[in-house]
Amino acid sequence: MASAAPQVLTSWIYAIWALQGRHSALHAAGPDASNIEWLFWVIFFIILAAFILVILGFARAAARTYTSAREMLPIVHDKEGDRRAVWAVGSAITVTVLALFAVLVLSVITGKKVEGLTSKNPVTIQVTGHQWWWEVIYPNAQADQTVTTANEIHVPVGKPVVILTNSADVIHSFWAPSVHGKRDLLPGYSSAFWIQIDQPGRYRGQCAEFCGMQHAHMGFSVIAESDSEFAAWKAQQLKPAPEPTNADAARGREVFLTHACVMCHTIRGTDAGSRIGPDLTHLASRQMIAAETLPNTRGALAGWIIDPQRIKPGNHMAPNPLQPDDLQALLTYLQTLQ
Amino acid sequence: MRILKPISLAVLITCLIALLSCQREERILRPSPPASEILNSVQVSGLNPGANSVASPPPPKYYEESAYSVSEGQRLFNQYNCVGCHANGGGGIGPPLMDNNWIYGSEPGNIFATIVQGRPNGMPSFRNRIPEYQVWEIVSYVRSLSGLLPKDVAPARSDQLYVKPPEQSMPNQTPTGITGQPEAKQ
Amino acid sequence: MAISEPIVVPRTGTPEQLARAWAQPPGFWGWFKNVHHTAIGVRYIVTSFIFFLLGGVLAGIMRFQLARPEHGAVGPDLYNQVFTVHGSTMIFLFAVPMMFQGFGVYLVPLICGTRNIAFPRLNAFSYYIYLGGGLLLWIGLLIKTGADAGWFAYVPLSGPQFTPGKRSDFWAQMITFTEVSALAVAICIATTILRHRAPGMTLNRMPIILWEKLTISIAVIFAMPAVMVVSSMLLMDRTINTQFFNPSSGGDVLLYQHLFWFFGHPEVYIIFLPGTAVISTLVPVFSRRHIFGYLAIVTSVVATGFLGFSVWVHHMFATGLPQMSESFFTAATLMIVIPTAVQFYCWMATIWHGRLQLKLPMLWVFGFFFTFLIGGLTGLMLAAVPVDWQVHDTFFVVAHFHYVLIGGALFPMFAGLYYWVPKITGRMMNDLLGKIHFWLFFIGFNMTFFTMHFLGLRGMPRRVYTYLPEMHWGTLNLVSSIGVLFMTAGLIVFLVNFFQSKAIGELAGPDPWRAGTLEWATPSPPPHYNFLELPTVNGREALWDATPNQPVVAGVREDIPEVLVTNSLDSEPQYREESPGPSIWPFLTAITVSIAFVWSIFSARGVAYGAIPVVITLIGWLWPRGHSPTPMPVDSRLEERRWIR
Repeated sequence: MASAAPQVLTSWIYAIWALQGRHSALHAAGPDASNIEWLFWVIFFIILAAFILVILGFARAAARTYTSAREMLPIVHDKEGDRRAVWAVGSAITVTVLALFAVLVLSVITGKKVEGLTSKNPVTIQVTGHQWWWEVIYPNAQADQTVTTANEIHVPVGKPVVILTNSADVIHSFWAPSVHGKRDLLPGYSSAFWIQIDQPGRYRGQCAEFCGMQHAHMGFSVIAESDSEFAAWKAQQLKPAPEPTNADAARGREVFLTHACVMCHTIRGTDAGSRIGPDLTHLASRQMIAAETLPNTRGALAGWIIDPQRIKPGNHMAPNPLQPDDLQALLTYLQTLQ
Repeated sequence: MRILKPISLAVLITCLIALLSCQREERILRPSPPASEILNSVQVSGLNPGANSVASPPPPKYYEESAYSVSEGQRLFNQYNCVGCHANGGGGIGPPLMDNNWIYGSEPGNIFATIVQGRPNGMPSFRNRIPEYQVWEIVSYVRSLSGLLPKDVAPARSDQLYVKPPEQSMPNQTPTGITGQPEAKQ
Repeated sequence: MAISEPIVVPRTGTPEQLARAWAQPPGFWGWFKNVHHTAIGVRYIVTSFIFFLLGGVLAGIMRFQLARPEHGAVGPDLYNQVFTVHGSTMIFLFAVPMMFQGFGVYLVPLICGTRNIAFPRLNAFSYYIYLGGGLLLWIGLLIKTGADAGWFAYVPLSGPQFTPGKRSDFWAQMITFTEVSALAVAICIATTILRHRAPGMTLNRMPIILWEKLTISIAVIFAMPAVMVVSSMLLMDRTINTQFFNPSSGGDVLLYQHLFWFFGHPEVYIIFLPGTAVISTLVPVFSRRHIFGYLAIVTSVVATGFLGFSVWVHHMFATGLPQMSESFFTAATLMIVIPTAVQFYCWMATIWHGRLQLKLPMLWVFGFFFTFLIGGLTGLMLAAVPVDWQVHDTFFVVAHFHYVLIGGALFPMFAGLYYWVPKITGRMMNDLLGKIHFWLFFIGFNMTFFTMHFLGLRGMPRRVYTYLPEMHWGTLNLVSSIGVLFMTAGLIVFLVNFFQSKAIGELAGPDPWRAGTLEWATPSPPPHYNFLELPTVNGREALWDATPNQPVVAGVREDIPEVLVTNSLDSEPQYREESPGPSIWPFLTAITVSIAFVWSIFSARGVAYGAIPVVITLIGWLWPRGHSPTPMPVDSRLEERRWIR
């Protein structure tokens, strides 16, 4: 324990001072989060000043009148002191009220700036919360131009994007701290809010309203990329699943269609069309699986398919005790779904 | 010390209470299902020569005593699209499930066999498609549709559009077979 | 009331007769018949402290699970029950019953200068009902029926589809139990403060703690029905198929949140204001002077109680309500800071111009200043809607509310306990052990909860049973969990101190702190008749402002339990009234009411058939008896007599 102490201490200092990360409210990647971060720091310095002044006040008050007498002393009256205190307390109250008013004004202004993001022809994304994954749809008037995916959102860099919220079951909350504040997904309500990301990259988010057993493992990511990359991604997502090119992948598709997978998942271009679980048509194009819980690698995918209850106990995917050959073939097929 | 007596009494009572834990609230997230020889021992018809046969072995009590299990059954009934043919119990393409008429038997084993094997005239077979423990959960839910489960285990109203009384309010209906007469207990 | 000449009024009885008149029956069944406020108050304090320890055990389990990423010690189902029961226990079974009910029931009649609380049997009933609610929640946890949807149980998660079984029903009915208990105590305390104060204790001379208890009683009367309504609506949705919160049928999930938080926010002021009252009582005593700014503080207390009802939407900023309406609630939330700031400045001025004696209770008062200040200031951040969008439902807000609740209620609670336990038990608590307790607790608390601010800003949401190693939240969580060990050590020291001092502590005498309020004018522990001579009051600190020949009240009968009823504003004597003696009916009624409540969870018949035994026990309770059929007009005089201190 003693040898670990310096490491614990330095990592704690690091944790406090290096509040950086792809998933931090103080690492803004767009105008919304940076406006909020600005307001945060302004209020922080106001309350830091207030804290120091009040603590110093109490310390001074204690120091100047402290007595270490054991017996309880007689009562004192200090009329002169009370008169001066009236002025002091009055000024303190005035300063407090002014500071609070300043916070109010700044808060309203920042709120307006954050909500003021708008655009004529924005990318529109419909996010529906499920227990415990995110359904992501890019709606379009034409059905074959509608992108359906899960847990991963792509947006073009530097452009306002509007997100429409909905929930299929309980209340969830969409929160990517580097991008924007959170918005609750309420069943029966649909709200819209705007985001914009100015730096390309991958920004993580997590559900922020308790939604049941696997609330802890309900993450998502927002990927900001250039216009051309975004267009390419979108075009790829619109395609149906490619035909298997080798026997192993063909056998894998057969496994998919003859086992429990087909009850819950869609792979466009095959007979699998269920919408209970995430759309897997382009599973291999995603970096993480199981709502940002596992990396999208062959091994992790295998573990997830065989026993999802081990990784996310209580979630709605049942264990699939596949034969080893079937599993390998299935993995090969799933990895072709770019 | 005088305080020890009430404290030890409280600890004793606490242990006793913990032992009486409620089956209704049991939640097994990855149940190991019973062996599938149940399929070999289910009788689909109530007629047989001679005396009545031995009843099919019952499934573990967990599925019909756990409110969580029955609510999972309700969720799966919707998500696996049983509602597509059976609606919310009223039937349509398929026969109603909330009445007392059980064509292929009302015992849990019979319903299990119906789901896994499929039946003539349109009931698909879900063998290898729905895991066995989930079939048992759906079986419990289907039985609750006719009020055959206790009130505190059957699901309450769902958050969907309201089309029928919730399962916990369904009156208990004595099952009858295809002949319309009460089923002889196997 | 001034008296020009002493009037000699023959005493109607002797101290022995007083003791006999006010005696509470001994033995096993006597415990259930006791209606004296000191006994019930002690029960509230002890029971709520036990629930505090139980809730703390749950907190320890949570912190143990969160100490490492993907720890695997506690699964999601159990963890959800643990954090829900932790929150519900701390709020409903500890904070309100200790700060408002426990301290209030014990102290208010003593500070008013009367012999018992108003409606003593209702007071006794309220304790048994509270105990019933606590047992319901905890027995539920033991039989796997622990509430698991969070302490505020948002629908649809807590609703019929997503919480199968009876878990949310147990939670909702626990709310009913504790809310009935709080309402009963509010009625008793408000009536005592308004009508049973000592003569001479005008509203302008009322101790601040009485102002606060009166304000909180009114807040309880307005806030508790809202939570009763919402928990009953949830119960009805789950049992008799109503559609209040079903969006598909025209119901609304936000309705639940509005109704809940309309109660929920005043609830936290119901917890916090008693803390400030303890501070306002202790600061003058340990600065050896009258409090500075009495009028300002009283106005602040009442204003906080009132404004507490106008801020509830700040719990709902992330739901997508229109920005302008949300800004209104930002303004209201910032406005409510002002009365609290006023109180802080007045306390500072009192110490500044007084003579500070840093005894053990005062050490805890300084702990309150530090801790609550941090919590209140982070509240400013949460009041700003855009910042709240980032930190709502994260560990930042967990840190905030623990700072304001532990700072605003727990530190004053310990200050109050170290201050008043000598009155309750008659023996002083050990000073050194108390200081060790303070520092262990203070260090552990800041270790546990300060780190949570950073966790929240770094993206960790609340109510998660685990987190991924890649998030780099592990170190901060580990530090936070280690802090729990310090707090536990501090609590063990406190318990050792309490039991040891109860047995062999230094005898306290009636007034060890040379304080100003009336509870110190009677022996420690107080006899069942509270005061040998009913006091009168000459100023804001009754004992400090008493004249050498301060009058006492004479003429109230001493052979039967009788109290003096006075005018609400000027506290002039109006009449005498018999105070109900010991009775088993409050306990029996609590049993029948509990049966009806629990039965109705399982069947609607419980409401109808369960009401019959309730009516029977109420008839027994309300059956007329006693020595005089109507209150007799006063012929009490104020007799000048040297006060026995």
